[in-house]
Amino acid sequence: MNLAYRDVRHNLGRFLLTCLGLGLLLGVVLAMIGIYRGLVVEALTLVQGMKADVWVVEANTQGPFAEASRIPGGAREAVARLPGVAAAGSLTFQTVEGDSSGQKVRLMTIGYEPDRPGGPANLIAGRAIGRSHYELVADVGSGLRLDDRVRLGRNLFQVVGLTKNQVASGGDPAAWITLLDSQRLQFDLAPPAARVQIARGMGAADRDIVNAVIARLDPGAAADEVATAARRWKHLSAMTSAEQETILTRSVVDRARRQIGMFTTILLVVSAVIIALIIYTMTMEKLKQIATLKLIGAPDRKIVAMIVQQSLALGMIGFCAGAALIMIIKDAFPRRVVLELDNLLTLGAIVFAVCLVASALGVRAALKVDPATALGG
Amino acid sequence: MPAPIIELRDVSKHFGEGDTRVDALRSVSLSVAPGEVIALLGPSGSGKTTLLNVIGCILEPSSGWVRLDDEVIYDGKMLRRDLRRLRLEKIGFIFQFHNLLPFLDATDNVAVAMELAGKSDRDARRAAGELLDYLEVGRRGAAFPAKLSGGEAQRVAIARALANKPRIILADEPTAALDSKRAGIVMDLLRKLAAEQQTAIVVVTHDEKIFDRFDRIHHLRDGQIDPAASSST
Ligand SMILES: Nc1ncnc2c1ncn2[C@@H]1O[C@H](COP(=O)(O)OP(=O)(O)O)[C@@H](O)[C@H]1O
Ligand SMILES: [Mg+2]
Repeated sequence: MNLAYRDVRHNLGRFLLTCLGLGLLLGVVLAMIGIYRGLVVEALTLVQGMKADVWVVEANTQGPFAEASRIPGGAREAVARLPGVAAAGSLTFQTVEGDSSGQKVRLMTIGYEPDRPGGPANLIAGRAIGRSHYELVADVGSGLRLDDRVRLGRNLFQVVGLTKNQVASGGDPAAWITLLDSQRLQFDLAPPAARVQIARGMGAADRDIVNAVIARLDPGAAADEVATAARRWKHLSAMTSAEQETILTRSVVDRARRQIGMFTTILLVVSAVIIALIIYTMTMEKLKQIATLKLIGAPDRKIVAMIVQQSLALGMIGFCAGAALIMIIKDAFPRRVVLELDNLLTLGAIVFAVCLVASALGVRAALKVDPATALGG
Repeated sequence: MPAPIIELRDVSKHFGEGDTRVDALRSVSLSVAPGEVIALLGPSGSGKTTLLNVIGCILEPSSGWVRLDDEVIYDGKMLRRDLRRLRLEKIGFIFQFHNLLPFLDATDNVAVAMELAGKSDRDARRAAGELLDYLEVGRRGAAFPAKLSGGEAQRVAIARALANKPRIILADEPTAALDSKRAGIVMDLLRKLAAEQQTAIVVVTHDEKIFDRFDRIHHLRDGQIDPAASSST
């Protein structure tokens, strides 16, 4: 007969409660891992969704996400003419607080030129922008719905399309408007500020400013060669999209990533200690029974099997409970929680290893116990 | 007189060294024949449990030799594993508290000892049931230890001790937790076993109510058997 199973069956309620507690703990660990992964994935979605090969930005900057970048709108023409470039598009990026029927909506607005690279990716409803003014494609994360009206600056925009999972690295949902609208939004200052600018001699003339130009290349063209070519213009700087992604993960979300990473690590260590303690005390409580088993002649292997099987069952059931829990609630998080099979498997393997190590401690104590202790009162 | 099953010659056991040295047993010699039921008496700390542990293949003496059923144990060649097998096959233990496994029902508490000795799951359960019937607790076979009365639990524990037809039964205060009627029943049972199966039984006890149930009573004092105070009945 399997002693581990019989013991669990006899104390089923308690065992399941312990599994549940462990499951909640591991659920939190998984949530943190998912939040960590989500942060990195979200930092990259916009860049990846644009499917650009080369980013051209202001000289000596790592824009437009890591640093401010302002380049003349004419740069797009020049970039488009570089050998190997199939298409180029100007982009602006600006975080704005809009207003939709009295509700504040915080959006990362992206100005783009319809029919050129940089438009909304992962459209799940409606359409892309068709008119040159006052249309907007928003991410569903903003809470906006089709045909909602949003006031941005001085103008009212209509939501014509919705995307999914398109957010800025800070978590603000993205919203696309035309480049012209976005430049208005950026440079149409409130009247007093405008007067100051005009007094300084900075008229409306240099309104054609964008934050970046992205280029898609012909098949076979090398991104770093195009970037090198673009860098020959003294006022521009360029990077491949791989470099842009590195900047995003290494510098833009780096602190947040490390912060969450640190916390996740601590949580993992704490969970490991708690699992070890649960299993160790579980074994300690049984020492008398183990002594009795030894006294009546049970071989060590039988005792080891009982402890190890129970710890592994506890760990694995707890882990599955935690994983199920987090799978159920992960979409309720305000930001993305990304859990892939490899994350689950890694944590599963860690839990497995911790259970083995913890049961090794219990096994050591169990093997040391003197069968004579069963005889004494 | 048949050859003794248990034979101890000049067995000594001490714990610790120097100032902390305790001589738990000093040159104890003892033999128990098949079918004999003997009692070990003595004040607390006199070495009764230590002696039982030495006979029970649990505790190696510091000197002297011990023979159980024609095998000299603790001869330096015996491994821990061999001692375990001896415990499993030749010795049954009965405790003051029943020490049944709380997560197994009465039948399985007996069957587990049989399975350890190699019986199949099904055979073990059937044989365990018969043994419980023999001890008149068969109808409590499905009950868990927590639901058994003291006397029932002790009888299940005796059934477990008997599971593998041991040649020797060692009992440490088996009746201390029972009232005198039940204590008498348990002792009568042990006597019956000794007579029917030619088992040697050694009982540690303080229980004066049951003194008349023993073939011999040995008094231990400071680790020695006191010949003057020991008696046959
Ligand atoms: N494992 C041990 N370590 C040290 N001293 C022990 C140990 N076991 C027993 N003793 C000592 O040996 C003596 C005899 O003990 P024990 O056999 O338990 O006596 P009894 O069972 O008659 O009360 C006591 O003084 C006790 O303290
Ligand atoms: Mg004692």
